[in-house]
Amino acid sequence: MASVGAMQYRADFWLKGLMSLVWTGVALVPLVSVFHQRATVRGWTFPEALVVVGCFSFMKGVLEGAISPSLTSVVEHVRKGTLDFLLLKPVDAQFLVSTAKFEPWRVMDLVGALGVFGIAFTRLGHPPPWRGVLLAAALLLVATLVLYSLWILVVSASFWVVKVDNLSYLFGSLFDAGRWPISVFRGALWFAFTFVFPLALMTTYPAMALLGRLGPAVALGALGGGVVFAALSRAVWRRALGYYTSASS
Amino acid sequence: MKPGRTQLARALGAYPTLLRVGLSEVVAYRAEFVVWILTTNMPFVMLAIWHAVASDGPVGRFGRGDFVAYYLGGWIIRLLTSTWMVWELSTAIRDGSLSSRLLRPIHPLFAFSAEHLAALPMRLLVVSPVMVVLLASAGRRLAIFDPIFDPRVAAIFLASLVGAWLLIFFTMVLLGSLAFFLESALGVFELWLALHSILSGYLIPQEFLPGWLAAVARRSPFDSMLAFPLETLLGLRDVHVALGDLAVQWTWVGAMVAAGLAVFERGVRRYMAFGG
Repeated sequence: MASVGAMQYRADFWLKGLMSLVWTGVALVPLVSVFHQRATVRGWTFPEALVVVGCFSFMKGVLEGAISPSLTSVVEHVRKGTLDFLLLKPVDAQFLVSTAKFEPWRVMDLVGALGVFGIAFTRLGHPPPWRGVLLAAALLLVATLVLYSLWILVVSASFWVVKVDNLSYLFGSLFDAGRWPISVFRGALWFAFTFVFPLALMTTYPAMALLGRLGPAVALGALGGGVVFAALSRAVWRRALGYYTSASS
Repeated sequence: MKPGRTQLARALGAYPTLLRVGLSEVVAYRAEFVVWILTTNMPFVMLAIWHAVASDGPVGRFGRGDFVAYYLGGWIIRLLTSTWMVWELSTAIRDGSLSSRLLRPIHPLFAFSAEHLAALPMRLLVVSPVMVVLLASAGRRLAIFDPIFDPRVAAIFLASLVGAWLLIFFTMVLLGSLAFFLESALGVFELWLALHSILSGYLIPQEFLPGWLAAVARRSPFDSMLAFPLETLLGLRDVHVALGDLAVQWTWVGAMVAAGLAVFERGVRRYMAFGG
């Protein structure tokens, strides 16, 4: 239903799809500039770093196409007090609010991601191992779950501090750091992007899986951690719902 | 006295009050303000990356300390000169709240400019710790602290900050006024933002861009918005180059003020026709 709503505006679809591709291109400029100066940065060559960018574009498409639009509208519901109408329905509220809206032109981000993967593996001279592809797919799935859970936590915050719509900008700007392999960061940034806002799980680990460089211990840890995190955010959401005071009460 | 002059005098008379109102607005919405500042974290990420790149020796003219000075300085200049005018103007146009602003005896752009200048003290407060870090870690790299101090450099730097603020403000007026004519004015703004982040030196020093792109960036108005003040501050452009760039910057300012005002006035005429 939600995607049909957006598909009515066909010119918009192509225009915004085009913009997505432009953004993918713009995002490559810093990477090209950095690798113009050095052949490897902290053990990553240019084509290998491109694989990370591919994962980044993919996750960005998922985030901005399927996750952000719906959850931004929840914040609006909470502020206006119209969340009542959703809570009254006999379906789980978290499911309803999470599937309210899709932005189908973000499919172009996925097209861009495939293009970047194509260039990367052509330069590397060999296709990714099939076990790596399976592992990467599993990791991206868990990464989607984690990203979604993080968003649910942000939305839960809106029950206490009502004005969080610019928190979504903050979310997006932090996410942008995910286009770089995690090992370029040291110290506090490395810790934050691995455990607090796990960009490593979203982009670097899937890329390492595709390159056949991810050890089984890290893979299992990432997968397990992701699932635990999702369960935790679900619990927080249920608690937060208890704090919701509607427009009428 | 001609009517035009009384109007200007009245507007200038009201300016201190407008600044006070603007300041208390910023203080009232301080949480949002802090979140907005936090979203400008990109230079710090880029700094971490160049730090990793420069770990085995300097990159071109840049050592590790130079990158620190470049990105901290760039971040400070960006916060002092940028405005969020586009969102306000395009929202005011779309939801009709521009009408009440037009009714006031002061030109709406004048009022907008006061609101944004009023945010400056608060921004200075936020950037001051970073300024301390910048001075402590890279103070001797700044041209204004050069042992053979050249007062012209300091003068050019200050003039370039004013120029950058004006240029960005009127670019925002122009882009925001597109909402009079277009549905997707914010889409155009996004495109502008993408170009700005690459060409102005905000994400990458211009000299590290691929050759042809560096040449485009150096000649584009984006150079006047950030790279020129920043590289003057760091002493990457000597006095003679900087003087030439100052002339270029103020030419862009003149052109953009004219273009921004023209589009805004045309838009207002059209807007009146709809609002009745």
